[in-house]
Amino acid sequence: MSILVGKDTKVLVQGLGSAGKFHAAQCAEYGTQIVAGVKPGAAGTSWENVPMFNTVADAVAETGANCSLIFVPAPFCADAICEAAFAGVPLIITITEGIPVIDMIRVKKVLSETGSRMVGPNCPGVMTPGEAKIGIMPGYIHNVGRVGVISRSGTLTYEAVWQLSERGLGQSTCIGIGGDPIQGMNFVDCLELFAADDGTDAVVMIGEIGGSAEEEAAAWIKANMKKPVVSFIAGATAPPGKRMGHAGAIIAGGSGKAEDKKAALQAAGVTVVDSPADIGAAMVELLK
Amino acid sequence: MNIHEFQAKGLFRDYGIPVPEGVPCHSVDEVGAAYQQLGGQVAVVKAQIHAGGRGKAGGVRIAKSREEAVSHAKALLGTTLVTHQTGPEGKEVSKLLVEEGLDIAKEYYVAIAVDRSYGGPVMIASSEGGVEIESVPQDQLIKAPIDVYEGLFDFQARAVAYGLGFTGDAAKSCAKVLKKLARLFVDKDCSLAEINPLVRLTDDRVLALDAKVNFDDNALYRHPNIQKLRDPSEEDPAEARAAQFNLSYVNLDGNIGCMVNGAGLAMGTMDTIKLHGGFPANFLDVGGGVSVERVTEAFKIITEDPSVKAILINIFGGIVKCDLIAEGVLQAVKVVDLKVPLIVRLEGTNVDRGRKLIADSDLKVITATDMTDAAKKAVEAARTQETEL
Repeated sequence: MSILVGKDTKVLVQGLGSAGKFHAAQCAEYGTQIVAGVKPGAAGTSWENVPMFNTVADAVAETGANCSLIFVPAPFCADAICEAAFAGVPLIITITEGIPVIDMIRVKKVLSETGSRMVGPNCPGVMTPGEAKIGIMPGYIHNVGRVGVISRSGTLTYEAVWQLSERGLGQSTCIGIGGDPIQGMNFVDCLELFAADDGTDAVVMIGEIGGSAEEEAAAWIKANMKKPVVSFIAGATAPPGKRMGHAGAIIAGGSGKAEDKKAALQAAGVTVVDSPADIGAAMVELLK
Repeated sequence: MNIHEFQAKGLFRDYGIPVPEGVPCHSVDEVGAAYQQLGGQVAVVKAQIHAGGRGKAGGVRIAKSREEAVSHAKALLGTTLVTHQTGPEGKEVSKLLVEEGLDIAKEYYVAIAVDRSYGGPVMIASSEGGVEIESVPQDQLIKAPIDVYEGLFDFQARAVAYGLGFTGDAAKSCAKVLKKLARLFVDKDCSLAEINPLVRLTDDRVLALDAKVNFDDNALYRHPNIQKLRDPSEEDPAEARAAQFNLSYVNLDGNIGCMVNGAGLAMGTMDTIKLHGGFPANFLDVGGGVSVERVTEAFKIITEDPSVKAILINIFGGIVKCDLIAEGVLQAVKVVDLKVPLIVRLEGTNVDRGRKLIADSDLKVITATDMTDAAKKAVEAARTQETEL
């Protein structure tokens, strides 16, 4: 078992520019079902044997796509997400970085009306090893297994996955929820799914400075989570008031500090490591 | 992006938010003239830097004569102001705002920022103005969520104004200011819009005595007029240069230069260095869709920092391909004079090609197998380098 995506997931791609094409091809090569591409004006053409459509609604009607992978550039991305949501796509995975915050606030209103789930933006995507790679993560580092991974950071997800795989621990599903302040699914949304998933025995949760999503996750874990969780929070050395790359990674007004997040998670019974290099070993120890 | 108080007040005027009469000045002579122009009674001379806490640091001074205004200008222009927000190095004052003095009855605090838990902008207000808002207990703050289409509703604006203790016509004036501030926040893609203090004058007028506005960098592309307000002299030169090449760079106090892909991994690398007894000299995320040119530029920015005694490159290739990073590093080393040890840890997409490129070159590199190994080697190398000098 796994969550969100699997071998039955049919993916349509919005935004087939050079990066979109490169990564969509990698997803297809991994074995993901890429069933459609959407580009206004491209209906009737095809890309790498994938049929192209003018609109998401057309693509869904023709191919039965149930997931959209979005690479559309930031200024046009909110529109692309809303198009997928209004077309009834149940799962939208947005890789694009740099979407204005106000756009995302408006997108979230639309998502709450249509009921679509979104992962991202500014994220590596979602991967269920051996079944579907929907995003930009390097597929070969993943192994089939029973550890769930949730992370605000792309490369830290790869780091954690690689450490798990090296130690013989495969992954059920890996979700990059993204580094923006306003996002689709949050830690709690993902934890709920992992808690209920028969194929997941434990979870790695990677947070970072800024906001209070980790504290909210800690409260949820304390009240509900029966499976072991290992966590790393990036940014213990980050100075306050400075944006550390991710739009959401900033300590503002004394809140969003790594130490507060770590303390909340520890109090909830989570194994918190101080270096990302220790994530894999900590999980091995916990599952002994 | 940050702007100055006088620029923020210009935006306030555009939106009909009352502000004191004022004149931005760049020289002592201009300050003297501004004092006369404002009526020659009481004026306030305010240092224009991108940091709060100016009042306490002596950057806001009252003048009751032209001579006094001029002497304040002489004392402030060209000096470095250190506030609790500037860091110990402070910021040089090159502009002043001279404003009319006003008879203030009471000060209040109003701000709008994006609240992540709510998922949108929220107005925060307090009847304690002119203080640091962090010091006000949460239960004494008045909050109102802002709809990004409707703005602040009339009923919300009234509730906040009454909650602050405004009555009569002043309550109506306050509500108008609050609605306009919310409109400005949404229209201009702000990340922060703060009035501290908002004041009620003895004649019951309500105006913004101070103004602080920050913008969402991701939305600047659709606000060319806001982009023009950027003041490069307020920015760290290395950070500004990095931004031109789409590199995310933050200058820090340590001696280990870092080049990492991904913001999370970059922070994680800094944390690991610290854990093993070292200090990072910077945060640097080379980002996705990286080019040889950008890696070269990143490498130059790091090596030009004189405090850097060792460089740690930590790459986990996803979007970024390891061979491309390796090429970039090899290119960069041809142009820059590398005087400090270089520690490289590569993993991920095209890692074998990347490792081979570096191994086949005549570049002297300390290779690391994982992050802990890389951090330990970097800390050791920086320490050795420091003692040799």
